[in-house]
Order: sequence, then structure tokens, then C-alpha cells
Amino acid sequence: MIRALVFLMIVLATPVLAVQPDEVLSDAALEARARTLSTGLRCLVCQNQSIDDSNAELARDLRLLVRERLLAGDTDQQVLDYLVERYGTYVLLEPPKSNSTLILWYAPVVLLGLGAVAVGIVLSRRRALPGAAPLNAEERARVDALLAEDDSDDAANHGEERRS
Amino acid sequence: MRRLVFLMPLIVIVALVGTLAWPILEGRDPRQLPSVLLDKPIPAFELPGLMSGGPGLASAVFTGPDRLGKPALLNVFASWCAPCRLEIPRLAGLAAEGVAVYGLAYKDDPAATLGFLEQLGNPYHRIGVDRDGRVAIDFGVYGVPETYVIDAEGRIRHRHVGEITDQVARETLVPLLESLTR
Repeated sequence: MIRALVFLMIVLATPVLAVQPDEVLSDAALEARARTLSTGLRCLVCQNQSIDDSNAELARDLRLLVRERLLAGDTDQQVLDYLVERYGTYVLLEPPKSNSTLILWYAPVVLLGLGAVAVGIVLSRRRALPGAAPLNAEERARVDALLAEDDSDDAANHGEERRS
Repeated sequence: MRRLVFLMPLIVIVALVGTLAWPILEGRDPRQLPSVLLDKPIPAFELPGLMSGGPGLASAVFTGPDRLGKPALLNVFASWCAPCRLEIPRLAGLAAEGVAVYGLAYKDDPAATLGFLEQLGNPYHRIGVDRDGRVAIDFGVYGVPETYVIDAEGRIRHRHVGEITDQVARETLVPLLESLTR
């Protein structure tokens, strides 16, 4: 019995929405547009929430404003422009592509590209290395001599020598 | 040369992080948004006053032919806002020094606003009642209190977000008002 009740409660539970029933437009198409616009508009009070998610008073006012503009026949772009005129591009959750935001939009792509190029260069170089040629008698003798040398010798010097 | 190539990723990352962090390191509060209307005329509005039939506040006070002709402060406030309560004495101080201080009562019951002013004193020359907050939205208000410095021609020259502390009044508002008067 209790299990059935819990099951029912879980199934019937709806997410808590910030959008109140009295805000919803009777025209479903307009309401859908309003919801889409709202999810892209920043709540200026809580800053990292959209006005669609926020319970702030100002967010509610802006939701009502968006719906009012849509009812007045504004296009989606006109509604956004109306708000940008008042609050600046900051009100848009997705920053517009302008000179000052180029770095935000393209830095990740550019960095990824540079990384790919670097990896490519390193890999191609590694492949270009000649296969290990067998040591001749003279080289073998030198290696043996070096290996037999006292360990107290400066390791850094050897490092330099080997590289050159 | 080879070493430089190996250091490139580090240099690029440091440059990128530096560029992005600069505004924060410079001490800019990311919650203080600059007004979009800076150096632009104030939006047109006409609001009723606190008393029915009494004088209200209209944008013509700042931009019309009979405008003030001197800089003014427009303070957005509400009786339900605690910092507004704290800044009333500072606004009164500025008003006593001859600054024209106007009020925009944001989303507040006029009766509550009247009680608030009765208790703390009324520093405002005139008050407009913005019950639904629409005029405030035209100004780009996103919280109370906010204070706008309006020049003699009715252009917004500065927006202060939050309480007017003694420091803000002394170091920002007064010098700006003085430079605008000249």
C-alpha cells in the first residue's frame, strides 16, 4: 500500500517551476516562444540563472514583459533588443559574437587546434627518427668504458654530452 | 629557439588567463553593472506622486523646456529595502548642501513609503511612484537602491548600485556633481 503510494507520488510529482500559472499565456505558440526566450535571458538579480528559472521579483517582471511584448506582436529578436537596450548584452545568457567576446568564443577552438598541431608535429618527428642502428665496435667500446666509470661522476655532464 | 617552442603553451595560457582575470584583479566588482544608458538621455516617463492629486515625477523635470538646468540625483528606493533606510541620512545631507534629490519609489505601497519617510525624514524634492516597476526597467534598474546622476541636459552620467555610503557620497557623487555644475 505504502509502496504504491510512494510510487504514485513519484510519478505524479512535477518539477517546481518558477513560472507561475497566472503568467502563462493562453496562446500555446506564444507561450512556447516566451519560454524559449526566457531561458536565454539572464536574471540580473541572481546573475547565473535564467529568468525562466528564477523566483526573483525582477525575473517575474521581465517574464511578464517578454509575454507582453510578444502579445503586442514583437518578433523574438525585437523582444531581445528591447531588453538589451535597457540592460545591455549582459542580459543575454549567451554572449553575442562581438570584438570584445571573440576570445570567449574562439579561444577554446584555437587552443585545441594549436594542441592538435603540436601533437601532430611531435608524432611525425618521432616517426621520422631513423631506426636504431647497431653499434660498431668502437662505439661499443666507448659505451662499456662509460658504464664502467665511477658513479660519482657528474651526471649532468653526461647528459650534455649524450645530447650533443 | 627550441626551448621557446616548448614554452609556447605556457606563455599562451598565462596570456589568456591574464587577459580574462584582468578586470577582476583590477578590483572591478562583477556585480556592479555599468548602465547601458550612460551619457544617454533618461527614458521618458510620467509617474503619479505619493498623495493622490499631489505632484508626481516626470522625465520632463530633467529634459523638458522647463527643466532644472542643473545636475540632479534620482534615487530608486523602497520602504522594504534595508540599505535604502541607511542611505536616507546621506541623501538628506546632500539635499541640505543644495543637491537636487529626486526619488523613484520602486514597487512599494504608497502608504508604506509615506510611513518610511515620516520615520526617517524626507530628503526628496519630489517622488514618483513606480508601483509596477516598469519605469525602473526602462532605466535598467536591477535592484534597489540605485542612484542615477543626471546632468543639466537630462543625460545619465553615472549609476551607483547599492547603498550610498559616506565614502561614495564624498568621493564619487559630490565631485561628479561639482564637475557637472561647472
